[in-house]
Amino acid sequence: MTAPASPAKVRGETILAVDDLVKHFPITRGVLLQRQVGAVRAVDGVSFALHRGETLGIVGESGCGKSTLARLLMRLETPTSGRATLEGRDLLSASGGELRRLRRNMQMVMQDPYTSLNPRMTVGDIIGEPFDIHPDAAPKGSKRGRVQELLDVVGLNPEHVNRYPHQFSGGQRQRIGIARALALRPEVIVCDEPVSALDVSIQAQVINLLEQLQDEFGLSYVFIAHDLSVVRHISDRVAVMYLGRIVEIGTEEEIYERATHPYTQALLSAVPVPDPDARDDAGIIRLTGDVPSPADPPSGCHFRTRCWKAEDICAREDPPTVPRPADPHPSACHFAALRDPPGGV
Amino acid sequence: MTESVVRPTPASPTPPGGHLLEVRDLHVEFRTGEGVAKVINGVSYHLDPGETLAVLGESGSGKSVTAQAIMGILDTPPAVIRSGQIRYRGRDLLTLPEEQRRQVRGKEIAIIFQDALSALNPVFPVGWQIGETLRHRDGMSRADARRRTVELMDLVRIPGAAGRLGDHPHQFSGGMRQRVMIAMALALNPKVLIADEPTTALDVTVQAQIMDLLADLRRDLDMAMILITHDLGVVAGVADRIAVMYAGRIVEHADVRALYRAPAHPYTKGLLASIPRLDVRGRELSTIRGLPPNLMRIPTGCPFHPRCPYARQVCVDVVPDDLVLADGRTSACHFAQEVHDDRAR
Amino acid sequence: MSDFETVAATEDQAARRGVSGEPGTPDRVGVPQRPRSLAGDAWRDLRHKPVFWISLVLVVLVAAMAAVPSLFTANDPRDCLLSRQHAAASGGAVFGYDFQGCDTYARAVYGARASLLVGALSALLTGAVALVVGMVAGYFGRWVDAVLSRVIDIVLGIPLLLAAIVLLKRVSTSSDTVRLFAVIFVLAVLGWTTAARVVRSSVITAKEQDYVAAARMLGAGNGRIMWRHILPNALAPAIVVLTIALGSFIAAEATLSFLGIGLKAPTISWGIEIDAGRVHMRESATPLVVPSAFLALTVLAFIMLGDAIRDAFDPKLR
Repeated sequence: MTAPASPAKVRGETILAVDDLVKHFPITRGVLLQRQVGAVRAVDGVSFALHRGETLGIVGESGCGKSTLARLLMRLETPTSGRATLEGRDLLSASGGELRRLRRNMQMVMQDPYTSLNPRMTVGDIIGEPFDIHPDAAPKGSKRGRVQELLDVVGLNPEHVNRYPHQFSGGQRQRIGIARALALRPEVIVCDEPVSALDVSIQAQVINLLEQLQDEFGLSYVFIAHDLSVVRHISDRVAVMYLGRIVEIGTEEEIYERATHPYTQALLSAVPVPDPDARDDAGIIRLTGDVPSPADPPSGCHFRTRCWKAEDICAREDPPTVPRPADPHPSACHFAALRDPPGGV
Repeated sequence: MTESVVRPTPASPTPPGGHLLEVRDLHVEFRTGEGVAKVINGVSYHLDPGETLAVLGESGSGKSVTAQAIMGILDTPPAVIRSGQIRYRGRDLLTLPEEQRRQVRGKEIAIIFQDALSALNPVFPVGWQIGETLRHRDGMSRADARRRTVELMDLVRIPGAAGRLGDHPHQFSGGMRQRVMIAMALALNPKVLIADEPTTALDVTVQAQIMDLLADLRRDLDMAMILITHDLGVVAGVADRIAVMYAGRIVEHADVRALYRAPAHPYTKGLLASIPRLDVRGRELSTIRGLPPNLMRIPTGCPFHPRCPYARQVCVDVVPDDLVLADGRTSACHFAQEVHDDRAR
Repeated sequence: MSDFETVAATEDQAARRGVSGEPGTPDRVGVPQRPRSLAGDAWRDLRHKPVFWISLVLVVLVAAMAAVPSLFTANDPRDCLLSRQHAAASGGAVFGYDFQGCDTYARAVYGARASLLVGALSALLTGAVALVVGMVAGYFGRWVDAVLSRVIDIVLGIPLLLAAIVLLKRVSTSSDTVRLFAVIFVLAVLGWTTAARVVRSSVITAKEQDYVAAARMLGAGNGRIMWRHILPNALAPAIVVLTIALGSFIAAEATLSFLGIGLKAPTISWGIEIDAGRVHMRESATPLVVPSAFLALTVLAFIMLGDAIRDAFDPKLR
């Protein structure tokens, strides 16, 4: 593997820009003559920018739309509306050859290492498939060599090309998935819960591998996870999602030390600290109730039904995700404020 | 990270009348077409009234199999209990006839699982499912069972319990389904509650609610609890003692605070070091190298030696005994004291 | 926890990227280290099943009988002498002679060819139709699926024998080969639906798998995804259904011939033999019982084989 980014590619410039992305899944009735009776608002107006060489963490609970967001970016789903550009090129309207070229630049590592690899293909075939699809990515005859190189890069034995996925453990399978995503030398990798299916001691190995590959190849990551500790560990910037929207976005420090959105604060306080001496049970914000259905989200602020700060305005007005007086990073709360004591988690 | 405080120890003397529940030198094998997997290799632990014991381990460590053996719900075959005792109030459950065993199950010892959705029958209303246990096992009348069901659902804090008796499992959220399962487990007033990964499938904010609920119920109903989990964070909040399992053995057994302050087994130490922490920043994750062992070919000597940074020749040759340290904890490591004191560096 | 890091630091440098390159590291909990595929697993499973071996031996025997009947009997099934009518067993004719004075055993042996040919070719044709229809319906979904599924429902609603009678009545030719293919064609046209449903549902399952999404994200087209990723994962259940169908096609041929609308003499098939034997059942039951037993055993063998293979290929049962 050779030098990642050419000198013209400046670290820190925007590589992926997402603007007001919306995905509504229609709820239909009837078999042949379907009529729409509603919509699940999985992603409901998401905007962010990913800078070259950084990791943007996206956290949220199940059903917040983070995985749908990943599928939209990877064009596995067609967005209802919105825009997204990858290095200035329109990602969402591309098709045919243009889409295939874009895909070379953006790949995904999936959550489940057991279902993301075809059980009837050897590891060599799985990692080599990108070269079959894009014959120009590897000169003729070099495919096998490239596959073995990739296996080595992700810490697997290059001799194992002829093995089948079920002969590997979960962590090793995830490495195979990472090798496949790396094959076309993309600049952006979307990681959708890449370690949540793995055992604790294996998680750390895969996280370290991802960080190392980022340094080596100048990758930019969109790192989607529900585990706040993992996200803090790997991310430069973090976006918090709730019911299809980004409610707060900022640097890792802004989110974890100076969160101003009540949901972020509650989420952070609920993370169990693996140290009985450092636990602060009194500081835990107990949210009541469950996340409302994305098919029927509350009016105004989506979080207001579980929020202890909610007032009339929250039901009437949808708070924009903009910088707030309490702290200059964007937060979608009418009453955005630091926690008391400041920064206390 | 100061010195450990001497607290009630895991090796505490047997109280008069014996422990409430005691597992003694349990050995379980799984016999499959591929060979014999030694899943449990000499596990001993005990539980006294009113306490919470956490059994911590990764997948394949045998933590859930032990619980299934206690409940008598192991699938035999392929599982075979080679030797050992499971004593409840002095009686060995393994030698009891099935009829008496059934009396213990549910009434004395109850279990809740990780996946509430598949543990509940989708075609029956939850009220009926909770009530069924009461009618069949307690011989209650329909009206009494109904009253008691509402009581139980209130107890596990399901809002509007009386109105939800007729709802089916899919109409409940993940957290609420978990509560329904807890209510079912509590129906016959068990003295011991085994919670097998009770919050793994849940979101962080809901996780906190369920752990609170379990801790409160344990105290209010004066039960003893075995909490089986892989999550070091969850354990730190509720457990009194921790038994850490690896390759079918308890490798370390200690008071919860002592264990987190200064683990005395290299595996525990590695596990604690490999999880990213929300409250500790900017640290490269250290990893435990290698993979958990193949249970059909467990390494000689100490099963952890191929992955252990402390390993020496003796670890390859000799299976370590459970060493009892000064504070009463046990560690199955030849160099337990060294590992324990190593924290000073 | 600084201590562990320092201790582990050198280890980490050495094996920074990890794990599996190390010699001696077990590859997976519970699995020996040699290449294995799903088919390999299935084979290991099947090897220990008596049902599999019994049915396989029977199928191989019948296939050999169909291919080289002279291996099994020295007598000519068409060498019939009325003087031997219902004669007892003698000289190779182990089951004696039928009404026409033909060797009952030899006729049953020679009947295997037509019966098996009908079964195998119908199953193949059925498989081809089912794969195409099931694949297209399952993969493209939406209105394509809606239309094809309704077609399947309609064909499934047609009673097989009734429709076969209506269709075959129109075949007035006396050519053996044409009749044979007419029967095959009619059975396939009416019998592909179950297999198509199975293919459709396994395609739908395979289509939702992450590895299909992964291939799509790499830029793979529909053809590649269907051929490389979906077909191999949808094939096993289809093969099993077809093995079972093969047995029932042989039975259906016998039924049609018995009813006098399938194959016709001088073709020899089990159906025809059973029909002929039935007429003179009172005088001698053997000419009826022998071909019936051949038929029953063959159908049973194929169904058992299909069943065993299905169990072996189902990862959920392992």
